[in-house]
Amino acid sequence: MANDQTNTVTLTIDGKTVTVPKGTRIIEAAERAGIGIPHYCYHPGLSAPAMCRMCLVEVEGSPKLVPACVTTVADGQVIRTESEKAREARTGVLEFYLVNHPLDCPICDQAGECKLQDYVHQEGRKHGRSIEPKRVFGRDDFGGDILYYGDRCIMCTRCVRFMREIAQDDRLCVVQRGNRSVIDTFFDQGLEGSPWAGNIVDICPVGALVSKDFLHKARAWDLDRTPSICPNCSQGCNIEIHTRDNLVMRLKPRANPEVNSYWMCDYGRHRYEWLNRGAAERDRIETPLVRDAAGELAPVSWQDALVALVDRLKELRGGSPVRAVGSAFHSNEDNGLLARLVAVLGGGEAVYRSAVAAEEVVCPGFPKLARRRDLAANVRGLGIFGFRRVGDEAARGGLEGFAAPGSVLLVLGDDLADQPETFAADAALFVYLGSKLTPAARRADFVLPITSFAEQEGTFTNFEGRVQRFWPALQAAPQARPAWQVLGVILAGLEDAPAPANAAQAFLRLGELYEEFRGLSYEVLGSRGALINEPARLVASVAEVQP
Amino acid sequence: MAYPYRHEKETRILSEYFGDPEARTLAGWRERGGYQALEKALGMDRDAVIEEVKNSGLRGRGGAGFPTGVKWSFMPKDDGKPHYLLVNSDESEPGAFKDRELIRWTPHQLIEGALIGAYAIRAQHVYIYMRGEFFEPAQIMARAIEEAYAAGLAGKNILGSGVDIDITLHLGAGAYICGEETALMNSLEGRRGQPRIKPPFPAAVGAFGMPTTINNVETLCSVPHIIKNGAEWYRSFGTEKSPGTKLFNVSGHVVRRGNYELPLGFNLKELIYDVCGGIRDGRKLKAVIPGGSSVPILHADEIDIPLDYESVAKAGSMLGTASVIVMHDGTCILKQVRRIVEFYAHESCGQCTPCREGTEWLARILRRIEAGAGTEEDLDLLLDVGKNMTGTTICVLSDSAAAPVASSIRKFREEYLAHIRHGKCTAAAAA
Repeated sequence: MANDQTNTVTLTIDGKTVTVPKGTRIIEAAERAGIGIPHYCYHPGLSAPAMCRMCLVEVEGSPKLVPACVTTVADGQVIRTESEKAREARTGVLEFYLVNHPLDCPICDQAGECKLQDYVHQEGRKHGRSIEPKRVFGRDDFGGDILYYGDRCIMCTRCVRFMREIAQDDRLCVVQRGNRSVIDTFFDQGLEGSPWAGNIVDICPVGALVSKDFLHKARAWDLDRTPSICPNCSQGCNIEIHTRDNLVMRLKPRANPEVNSYWMCDYGRHRYEWLNRGAAERDRIETPLVRDAAGELAPVSWQDALVALVDRLKELRGGSPVRAVGSAFHSNEDNGLLARLVAVLGGGEAVYRSAVAAEEVVCPGFPKLARRRDLAANVRGLGIFGFRRVGDEAARGGLEGFAAPGSVLLVLGDDLADQPETFAADAALFVYLGSKLTPAARRADFVLPITSFAEQEGTFTNFEGRVQRFWPALQAAPQARPAWQVLGVILAGLEDAPAPANAAQAFLRLGELYEEFRGLSYEVLGSRGALINEPARLVASVAEVQP
Repeated sequence: MAYPYRHEKETRILSEYFGDPEARTLAGWRERGGYQALEKALGMDRDAVIEEVKNSGLRGRGGAGFPTGVKWSFMPKDDGKPHYLLVNSDESEPGAFKDRELIRWTPHQLIEGALIGAYAIRAQHVYIYMRGEFFEPAQIMARAIEEAYAAGLAGKNILGSGVDIDITLHLGAGAYICGEETALMNSLEGRRGQPRIKPPFPAAVGAFGMPTTINNVETLCSVPHIIKNGAEWYRSFGTEKSPGTKLFNVSGHVVRRGNYELPLGFNLKELIYDVCGGIRDGRKLKAVIPGGSSVPILHADEIDIPLDYESVAKAGSMLGTASVIVMHDGTCILKQVRRIVEFYAHESCGQCTPCREGTEWLARILRRIEAGAGTEEDLDLLLDVGKNMTGTTICVLSDSAAAPVASSIRKFREEYLAHIRHGKCTAAAAA
C-alpha cells in the first residue's frame, strides 16, 4: 500500500480504490473516482474555508465527520460519502440553509442551475420543519453589473474570496455576524469599474449574485450552451455561449487551466451583442449580390455568383495586383484560405485592421490571464498568414489608396464602416465577404454573405500561439456561408485544391500550407487547444533521441 | 477596601491578594514575593521549566482542561521562527468572572506567569488579548505592563538574563467568539474573528502564521507558584488527575456570590450550601450549570459531585471555566435556556451553516414556546436541530448552544410541556 517512492497514496472512497498524488484533498480524489461530493464554499480556483459544511464525509477511524475540501488524503484511508452519518449531516445542513432562504425559485435567475435547488432535490427533507418567520435583507445594488439578493445568499463567501484572491481588489466583505451576516461593499465604493467582478455571478452557487444584464432575461433550462472562445481580445478565454431562440443571452467562462483558469474579464463578457446583429437591425446581407450590366447589385444564387466570380478571377489572375483585407474576428480557416487565394492569384498585399487598447489588464490572482491589448481574437493567426496591420488603434483608416488601380481587392469580415462611398473605385475587381452592407461595401462587384465566428466551426490562434476550437452557437442567416467554405470553392475553381468539405478539412489544409499548423488537427486540439509548432517540435525531439 | 469574600474552606494561592490594592503595584507585588519565580525560571533551562509545569499536572483553566506543560512541549525547539505566547483574557462566557478579578487585583501575577511561559516556549512576544469591555482591568493591566518595562522585567534583556520578551496589550472589539483560540488569532491579526480550521494547530501555524501557544489568564497565573514552590507542592492540592486550586465563580441564586479559590475536587453541594451560604430567599435549589453557560445543566439532585474535570464529565456536564450558575425553584428553565441560546445566536460568527442558522432557529422555537404557541413536536424538533448542530462545525460554539437545550429538555421536560399545555410558565409560579 505504501507508495513512498511514487509520491502517491491509494485510498478507498465509497468502495472505489483510487490512487492520487500526496497532498490531494479528499474532494478532488473523489472527483477522480467519479464521485461528486456536494459542496458550496469550496471552489477549485479559490482557497477553501470549510465553512459551508456540505462536504462532510466519514473517514474510518475519525470520530467526527471531516470536511472533504480541506482534508488531505492518507494512504489506506477508507472514506464514505454515502454512509448514513454523512447523508444525515448533509440533509441536516440543507435544512439549515432553507431556514431563512426565501424559496423564490420561480422568480430567481439561478433556478435550474442552482446548487441549493439541486442538492435539496437530491438529499433534502421532503418538507422543511421551520415554521418561524424568516429573516429579510432585501436587494442591494453592488454597482457595475451586479445585484445582490441577501436573502438567497448562503454565505459561502466565494465572492469575497474571489475579489480578495483573484481580482486582488478587496471590494466585498462579510459584515455583521451569525445569521445577520451579509455580503456588502465598502460604503460608497461598489464593484463599478472592477474588470473581473462578473466572475462572482458565475461562482455564486445560488441566486444571491445576479447579472443586471441577464436579469429575468432567460430561464437556465431554455438556454443552449456551446463551447467557444471569447472573440474580444487575443487572450482566447475559453467560454460558453448561452443562446435562446438563436440569440446570445450571455457569455460564461469555461475552465481551461492553460488560458483563463475559471475566469474571464468583464470586457469580454459584456461584448456579445454584435453576435446578435441582424436580429434587431435586420441589416444582414441575406443573399449573394452581383453587380449587373446596369451597374446595380442584384441578388443571385450562390452557384451563379461563384461561377461568375471564378471566371472573373481567372481573367485577372497574374495580371492584376492583389490586395486583401482580413479580420481578426474571423477564424484561422477563413483568413488562412484568404491568404491562400492571394497567393494563387499571383501574390499581393494582405492587411488587417484591429483595435488596440492602451493597456493590458492583468488578472492579479492568475497572471496568465489578461485582457490583452489586441481587442480581437485572431491577431496572432493573421500574423502567421502574413497579414500586416494597418489603420489606427480604433481599427479605422489605413486603407486609403490600398486598392491600387486595376487591382483585385478581396475584403473578408471588415465592414469598412469608416470608408467613403468612393472606396476602391479604381479596383478592377472588388469582392466583399461580409455580413453588413456599408456604403463602402456597396462598391463591391461581388457581395458574399458570410457567417460570424459564432455561427460556424473553426479555430482562433491566441496571443501565445494556442490554437483553440469553437463550435457553432447560432444558426446562420439562411444564405450566409462560412468564409472558408466560400474561399475553398473559389480555390477549387482556380484548380488549387479540392474544396474542403468541412471546417476540419479546411484546418488540415492550413497544416499543409503553414509550418506552424503542421501536425495539428481538430482531434489534437480537442476542447483545450494546442500550441502552434508543438507537434513539429515533438517530432524533432523524438527524432533526436532515436537516431 | 478588602475583597468582600473569603471563606475559611478556601485555599487562596492565586487570589491571596484579592482586595489588596497595593498588590497591584510592582513594588507591592515584589514585597509579596512577586517575580521571584521569574528569576528562578530564567536561571533554569527552558525545557526544565516546561518539565516542571508538566509534572505539576496543571490543566488549562480556559475550559478545555488540556495539560499546560504538554501544550508547551508541542512548540518547536530550534526552528528559527518567531514564537508567540497569547494570553487569552477575552473572558466572555456568561457566568465567568474569574480572569477579570485576577487581572484587576494581581496584574503582575499574570505578567510574571506570561513571562515564564514565553521563556519556556521560546516566545519573544506576549500578546495579552483582552475583552474589549474590560475597561478597568485594561487600565490596570496597561499600567502594570508600563511598570514592568520600566523595571526591566519586559523588553530587551529582562532581568539581565539576555532574554528579550515584549508584552503587548490588545483589546478585542466585543465578540464572544474571539475567546476561541484561533478566532482570537484572526482578531489579533486584524481579520474577522472567525475560528480557523485545525489542523494546522497553533503550535505549528498560529498567530501571524508562526508557532504560537495560547493560555488562559488563570492558567498562567498558576505558573509562578508552581515554579516557585515546585510541582510536588502544587500536586498536594486537588486530585490526582486534576491537581491544584481553581477559582470557582459562583453566580445566581446563592446567598454569597463571588470567586472562591478551592482545590479541585471540592464538592459542588458543599460549595453551594456552605461556601456560598445556600440558596437565597429561603428557596429550594432547582438547577445548576457548573461550568459556564455552554455546558449541560445539572438537576438539583445531581449536585453531590466533586468539582474536578473527570467527575463533572462523569455526571454528564463539564467543569469548563468553573463558572457555577445556580438557579432556585422560582426560575423558569425555558426562559433561562432561551436567553442562553439567544446569546449564542447573537455571538455565532456565522461562518458554519449549522451554527449560523441553527442557533437562531433554536432561539425562534424557544421564543415561540415561551409565547404560548408551542407544540409537543417542537421538543423533538429542538433535540433534532441540536443534534444536527453538534460535531458538524469548525469550533464548538454550535455544540455549546445545543447542549443546554438538550440537557434541559431531558431533565426538565415537564416544565417545557407545562409551557406548551398552559401557554405560560407554571413552574415559577407554583414554587
